[in-house]
Amino acid sequence: MQQLHIEANQLTKRYGSFTAVDGIDFEIAPGESFGFLGPNGAGKSTTMRMIAATSLRSSGSLDVLGLDANDNGPAIRAQLGIVPQADNLDEELRVWDNLFVYGRYFGLPRKVVRQRADALLDFAQLQQKRQARVDALSGGMKRRLTIARALMNEPKIMLLDEPTTGLDPQARHVLWDRLFRLKDSGTTLVLTTHYMDEAEQLCDRLVVVDEGKIVAEGSPKELIRTYSTREVLEVRFGTAKNEEAAGRLAGIGDRIEVLPDRLLVYDDNGEQALTAVGERGLHPVTSLVRRASLEDVFLRLTGRSLIE
Amino acid sequence: MTDVRPRMLAGLYARNTRSVVARGMRVIARNNWLIIVTGFFEPVFYLFSMGVGLGALIGSVQYHGVDVPYAAYIAPALMAVSAMNGAVYDSTMNVFFKMHYAKLYQGMLSTSLGPLDIALGEIILALFRGLLYASGFMVVTTLMGLNLAWTAIFAIPAALIIAFGFAAFGMAITSFMKTFQHLDFVFFIMMPMFLLSATFFPIDVYPEPLQWVIMAMPLWHGVDMIRMLTTGIFEQAMIYHLLYFVIMIVVGVFFATRRLKALFLR
Ligand SMILES: Nc1ncnc2c1ncn2[C@@H]1O[C@H](COP(=O)(O)OP(=O)(O)OP(=O)(O)O)[C@@H](O)[C@H]1O
Ligand SMILES: [Mg+2]
Repeated sequence: MQQLHIEANQLTKRYGSFTAVDGIDFEIAPGESFGFLGPNGAGKSTTMRMIAATSLRSSGSLDVLGLDANDNGPAIRAQLGIVPQADNLDEELRVWDNLFVYGRYFGLPRKVVRQRADALLDFAQLQQKRQARVDALSGGMKRRLTIARALMNEPKIMLLDEPTTGLDPQARHVLWDRLFRLKDSGTTLVLTTHYMDEAEQLCDRLVVVDEGKIVAEGSPKELIRTYSTREVLEVRFGTAKNEEAAGRLAGIGDRIEVLPDRLLVYDDNGEQALTAVGERGLHPVTSLVRRASLEDVFLRLTGRSLIE
Repeated sequence: MTDVRPRMLAGLYARNTRSVVARGMRVIARNNWLIIVTGFFEPVFYLFSMGVGLGALIGSVQYHGVDVPYAAYIAPALMAVSAMNGAVYDSTMNVFFKMHYAKLYQGMLSTSLGPLDIALGEIILALFRGLLYASGFMVVTTLMGLNLAWTAIFAIPAALIIAFGFAAFGMAITSFMKTFQHLDFVFFIMMPMFLLSATFFPIDVYPEPLQWVIMAMPLWHGVDMIRMLTTGIFEQAMIYHLLYFVIMIVVGVFFATRRLKALFLR
């Protein structure tokens, strides 16, 4: 049996009397791509920092590549590629120097570092910016440079904290493509995200976290199957009338969720549900039938929307 | 790989301080040489205004029973002050800024570097700057004829010892700081130390209890140590000055190492 890449038991982080991560358990196998999905303040970044051994856990156990994270920061990080939520590029150095100096922090020989820096500039499509100042890059370029930088040590595990937040759709797809390639080459991916489509695309398995606790775990498909119907009917009656309409819809579908701007009717057959709505003499302003997504799973589990 | 390290340093050190120093040198070489130049001029301006200006009025000062020209009296003090200021600035303001605003250490800590590599690297860079300032200042004072004995050359290592003591302590203190306002506290202590530590006149003008307070402070030992070296007037106190800084360095490094986790791994 292959050794697990990451193994956490009752992992907990407290800041004073506040518990940011509250006794979570998870295991991540080599080559797997694993996601943390949750709203703001759920404790995703805190968990990532503990895995990177830059934040010490308060209790529980956490082994990364077989090493205890609290005592082996340097040895663990030698095998990690870390992409933090907020870019922390070295503003005092130029683009190419950022890669070079970062590689040297790993103690890699100059020659190797030079070769990799050049190759990764290609990967990040930043060749023509190699001598640019970091603060002169666009947000998306900075993000790509941060990701390229994280690959300097050819990591076994990539930790990606909201890798595509702030990128335009095209840049996101380019990045996903890069991440797929890494995954194909056997790199373990651990990522956090607010984006359902990202989680569905990239994650083999994910956990939904809320207020520091894991509330569900599984593959995207399993989660949707367990916590939602196959389809969802979205109807709008106008802000004031949604609540009242919800009362009159009782009994249609498996479940009805009332959001401030719309009603969600959970039914394996959305069209049928829509017909049933019409039969009760209700005429929504707009209606839409769609496939259920992780967003619905999240709503079901926490009673809250993932993106407000 | 067998690797025996003290338990206290587990996970804190990767023996790659070199790369942190190299990064600092690269930054200095590319952008920051101007800061180096301005840092050098500060004590020189003091020397010209107080030493030459005031010196014309005062003439000379008695130092251990020997008459010393006023400019030659304050020049070593300015060197000690400059060593202190540089080290404190680097280990408090600079470290705090790079930690919380520039996020530089966050980036370094995404690699196999440990907090101790970074802390040592920063201290070495601070000392390197100190070395440049001290050497530049020595050139100026030599040209002005203010170094009265050949032992003045030892003022440069002495300045580094002073800087090391202050830098280690500064870093430990920074680990307790939560906001920039807390830094005012540091400068609140440094200002009177600068003005009172026999910098511009002998401390025997003060009542005895106050003299004891001043002699308990590190800057006074630094000033007197360098003054003995540049004037060539040695007293037994030299041993105590050195001892003071040795202890300050040992305690400071121990204390700063203990606080590394609090400083870097939140
Ligand atoms: N250094 C700290 N000191 C005190 N509290 C902290 C600290 N870091 C994080 N927290 C708290 O821990 C909780 C979890 O924060 P974390 O950054 O892990 O959330 P997150 O899931 O990454 O959220 P987001 O989606 O907004 O990035 C928050 O309530 C936050 O305020
Ligand atoms: Mg976060």
